[in-house]
Amino acid sequence: MTEQLHEIRLTVNGAAHELRVPARRLLSDALRHDLGLTGTHVGCEHGVCGACTVLLDGAPTRACLVLAVTAADHEITTVEGLTEPDGSLGPVQQAFAECHGLQCGFCTPGFLTTIHAGLRDNPSPTHEEAREMVAGNLCRCTGYQNIVKAVERAAALRQAQGPAGQAQGPAGQGQVERS
Amino acid sequence: MGQPVQRVEDQRFLRGLGRYVDDVDTGPGTLHAAVLRSPHAHARILDIDVEAVLDLDGVHAVYTHDDLTGPMAEPLPLLIPHPALTHGRTQHALAKDEVNYVGEAIAFVVADDRYVAEDAVARIVVTYDVLPPVVGLEAARAGERLVHDDVPGNLAARLEQEVGDARAAIAAAPHRLELDLTIERSACMPLEGRGTVARWEPDLDRLQLWTSTQTSTGVRAAVAVKLGLDLGQVDVITPDVGGGFGVKVVHPWPEELLVPYAARALGRPVKFTEDRREHFISSAHERGQVQHVEVGFDDDGRVLGLDVEFWHDNGAYTPYGLIVPIITSTQLLGPYKPGAYRVVFESLYTNTVIVTPYRGAGRPQGCYAMERTMDAVAAYLGKDRTEVRAANFIQPDEFPYDHGLVFQDGRELEYDSGDYPASLEKLKELVGWDDFPAYQREMAAQGRRVGIGLACYVEGTGVGPYEGAHVHVETSGKVKVATGLTTQGQGHATVFAQLVADELGVRFEDVEVVTGDTRRMPYAVGTYASRAAVMSGSAVHLAARRAKEKALRIAADALEADPADLQIVDGVVSVKGAPDSAIDLGTVSVLSNPLRYAFDEASKAATQFSVGDNSLPPVPEDEEPGLEGKDFYSPPRATFASGMHAVIVETDPETAEVTILKYAVVHDCGHLINPMIVEGQIHGGVAQGIGGALYERMAYDESGQLLNASFMDFLMPYVTEIPDGIDIDHLETPSPLNPLGIKGAGEAGVIPSAAVFAAAIEDAEGLAIRAMPISPSDLHTLRLSQEHPR
Amino acid sequence: MKPAPFDYVRAASVAEAVSALAGDPGAKVLAGGQSLVPLLSMRLAAPSLLVDINEVPGLADVTVEETGVRVGALARHAAVLDSDDVRRVQPLVSLALAHVAHATIRNRGTTVGSLVHADAAAEMPVVLRLLGGSVEVEGSAGRRTIAADDLYLGPLESSLAHDEVAVSALFPALAPGAGVAFDEIARRHGDYAMAGAAALVDGDAVRVGYLSVSDVPTVVDLTGVPDDELGEAALARLEPMDDIHATATYRAQLVRVLTARVVAAARSHAAAHDQQEAR
Repeated sequence: MTEQLHEIRLTVNGAAHELRVPARRLLSDALRHDLGLTGTHVGCEHGVCGACTVLLDGAPTRACLVLAVTAADHEITTVEGLTEPDGSLGPVQQAFAECHGLQCGFCTPGFLTTIHAGLRDNPSPTHEEAREMVAGNLCRCTGYQNIVKAVERAAALRQAQGPAGQAQGPAGQGQVERS
Repeated sequence: MGQPVQRVEDQRFLRGLGRYVDDVDTGPGTLHAAVLRSPHAHARILDIDVEAVLDLDGVHAVYTHDDLTGPMAEPLPLLIPHPALTHGRTQHALAKDEVNYVGEAIAFVVADDRYVAEDAVARIVVTYDVLPPVVGLEAARAGERLVHDDVPGNLAARLEQEVGDARAAIAAAPHRLELDLTIERSACMPLEGRGTVARWEPDLDRLQLWTSTQTSTGVRAAVAVKLGLDLGQVDVITPDVGGGFGVKVVHPWPEELLVPYAARALGRPVKFTEDRREHFISSAHERGQVQHVEVGFDDDGRVLGLDVEFWHDNGAYTPYGLIVPIITSTQLLGPYKPGAYRVVFESLYTNTVIVTPYRGAGRPQGCYAMERTMDAVAAYLGKDRTEVRAANFIQPDEFPYDHGLVFQDGRELEYDSGDYPASLEKLKELVGWDDFPAYQREMAAQGRRVGIGLACYVEGTGVGPYEGAHVHVETSGKVKVATGLTTQGQGHATVFAQLVADELGVRFEDVEVVTGDTRRMPYAVGTYASRAAVMSGSAVHLAARRAKEKALRIAADALEADPADLQIVDGVVSVKGAPDSAIDLGTVSVLSNPLRYAFDEASKAATQFSVGDNSLPPVPEDEEPGLEGKDFYSPPRATFASGMHAVIVETDPETAEVTILKYAVVHDCGHLINPMIVEGQIHGGVAQGIGGALYERMAYDESGQLLNASFMDFLMPYVTEIPDGIDIDHLETPSPLNPLGIKGAGEAGVIPSAAVFAAAIEDAEGLAIRAMPISPSDLHTLRLSQEHPR
Repeated sequence: MKPAPFDYVRAASVAEAVSALAGDPGAKVLAGGQSLVPLLSMRLAAPSLLVDINEVPGLADVTVEETGVRVGALARHAAVLDSDDVRRVQPLVSLALAHVAHATIRNRGTTVGSLVHADAAAEMPVVLRLLGGSVEVEGSAGRRTIAADDLYLGPLESSLAHDEVAVSALFPALAPGAGVAFDEIARRHGDYAMAGAAALVDGDAVRVGYLSVSDVPTVVDLTGVPDDELGEAALARLEPMDDIHATATYRAQLVRVLTARVVAAARSHAAAHDQQEAR
């Protein structure tokens, strides 16, 4: 018995990819293993840890809880898409580096995508809102103290960048197509 | 050193360019493994029928124990033997005849992808004779059912140590108390599970193995032995590791052997990536103990005699020996010096997942026993809890302090340095200890319950046997550093680069550090026991010094100066006071390697017609070509870090929910290499400790099924469960045992948590807390039992 | 943890979804998937066919009707929670939604999906039941409306026929002068609650719905019960369960605490609501 494959188009970080996947293939696996975008990490595969969080049409979504076939024809942003086109770190990434917001780095991509969308929707979070913004992601290393600091630092960096920086969409033009 | 330098590894992590083991790309021919695991806690295997798997499209191989030969068919190694471990047992890579915990590996399937491999696993039919399981220490101690038929009383080991005559001292003491304590299982639970990728290279007749481990050299040795390979045929590369916390020091996991075994047999790369459920039921847990303490003390609370018995649940097998209970039994003493001490433990088998070190490694249990005892003594005498502790402290002028016990490394338990009274003063100040009673009364008047607790610990860090480092200055002037132990997020690439930059006199940006790659440093031990900074840090420092000495010798020759007059700043060697007389380290590196062939402009300078005194050999006697330094650090014994935590909690009178109002830490790990990283370690440890004290437990039912084997029900804290702010103060009592004066910091944050929360909740509630962790439901039950005592 | 194989249909219309369901007794509907996909990955569910309705047009609407607010099958929790209309017409929906999992799950999970998943530990089923709402379903036999009281047959069991797709849910509007409240106690923020309660107070009538207390969403009428007896009166009609996070005794205590809290909160909401109406 050979499993039926579905031809789908995934648009990831602004680049379109055609691929053939079985219906059961999780989006997390399609991103990591079919497209080689291994920045999206898999920590639990039941939607609790948040390491696999990507932006699906801009909204933070667990890639392990979405089938690749369902995500077809939608816009996906992964952690790789948060890096600026010139290769420098985006404001959330930069803030994590400055605040020591990561240790082993495994949960980090899910935090980065979540905060990227969170600050887009709420550019000046209060301290409580900054904590709430990361409340659905597990980290086993940092005790969260520096992650919350990084949210606040990222908000400041975005504001310093001005409207131009903030307007920069998640698409990350100029990404190399890797499939 | 001492600077909060930003981490170099973050640049790749933040771009999503880290390489964790599942990210390793061995090409489209790579096959994927899945494991059939026992659904029963205890059963004999009567038959395994793999017939239905063989015709499944995409399946390449199925292995059961019958398919294994030679050393692979033998039990896994018992890594740390001990004379007291009279009945040590280890599992097989694939179960032979019997399974002893839910999750034990039975069959190994290799297929085109993990999906198909799991389809295949589901089709394997195993016939079991289900046996009654032993679950929990009570059942293990009763010994009516046995985990292993040939281990009477389920007793793997019994170990006793005594200094003085503890029982006589207790009998003669003015006051006596007894406490019965329990502490439940938890687990490391790194966000990345276990994983291994292997590629057999037939052209080179060698194996390349990537594995998510805390000891690449350990895995290498084990794989070589099990697969019948020479050590030189096996390369083990530790890629980025998504957290370890102890569990990944265990090796070889069955999959760490089966993956390369299959890769060699099938001639294709094979990958195994553990999923979360597997991590719960087939890696390792820790912490579960039952303790009985007897203590005799005087009117000041000075402990005259301490007699501790405890029972340690080691799970179904003992691959890691007795390390955890030995640490509990010795580190229990913390900063105190009882008049006499006796400790005896029994390490017992149960039909549950194995128990091996988890951050803290037995210390949280010991700290819990000791600190509960201190609190009980204070309560009995009506004294302030800090006074009773102060009365028992080893004093600063008593170091080195030998407890007269044997520690986990087989060496004497001798503390090198510390200042416990100073730590306590700092902690009292930081948490507001003396002001708390007034606050408590004020809150009580509003119907609110608050409590404060503190706990002290001493942690033996940086145990041997050794670590080494290799420092190589390339002709570009870039410095490549290798040390063999592995990294799981501690920022080694940053702190070791700091040390090299300082010692060698090069720019931090020019130093690149590699860890855990046996191709670069084949002699190493591993990352555990808060030892990386102490062991590899010292080795890196010493290796950099050797490179520096060599650079100075060569430069002195070239500059016609005395090495003593030279300095190295930002990668340039110059004569002090004569900055024009200078040579950069890259050129020194060129000169260090006399050449026959030039390959670029720089190397021309080192060719045979360009340099050298024709009367001497091109490479001087006692020298080697190349600007390198290599050294090892092997201390006589561990260095002892210490710390004290305090917490203020509020308990809800109705719902028994516990809210953390303030958490304070005073920490002494000697000199700090990178304070930012040390604080990060403390934050993480405290959060893990909060999880262990208030949220996490392994909920086994009577049949040995783990009921909460998911992140839904194993309650690791989110940010919402961790206090907003952890107050930290440092004391820096340098270690005399290593050149940097440092002590380990990795585990400290988690050690006192069960003790400190038990103390604070006890203070808030006026109820004796004798079992941890404690949930609101547990606290409610405890309240009811006090309202309606049986 | 990878799903077993299944066939897949991306439905372009409800009719197409219904026909696909009717053609395969092992078929299941995929909407948000936030409960279904973990079950697939753990192989606790192994449908032969998944009927994906995510691309069916017109199902994501949230609309105010005469009697309440109608939530389409593809309206994500986050969209419903963000809706000012919902908050105005039936604030209990918004209050409860804020407790549904974490924001990231709410971005994808659908409110109607949660209703028909029929989990007694979920927030929305008990809210629908307390409010006397309904679910509109379409099957081979046509459309019908299932009242909330008829929707929940047992643990994770709804009264939808195999070939029926829930297309929307109706949450009745808050009556003038009535008040609502929601509260729950979970181990961690965002977890399924150990116990939760929603109250609806309208004049003398007091009704409270409970989640995670019994194995189906349960509503208790506490009209006329003196304030200090509310909890015990509720417990007389409930049988709190034991699980690894809470003993039955503790859960009963949470029922007492939550009942008192939500009834009091609903009363003050009613009073405030009343004043607002009067203005």
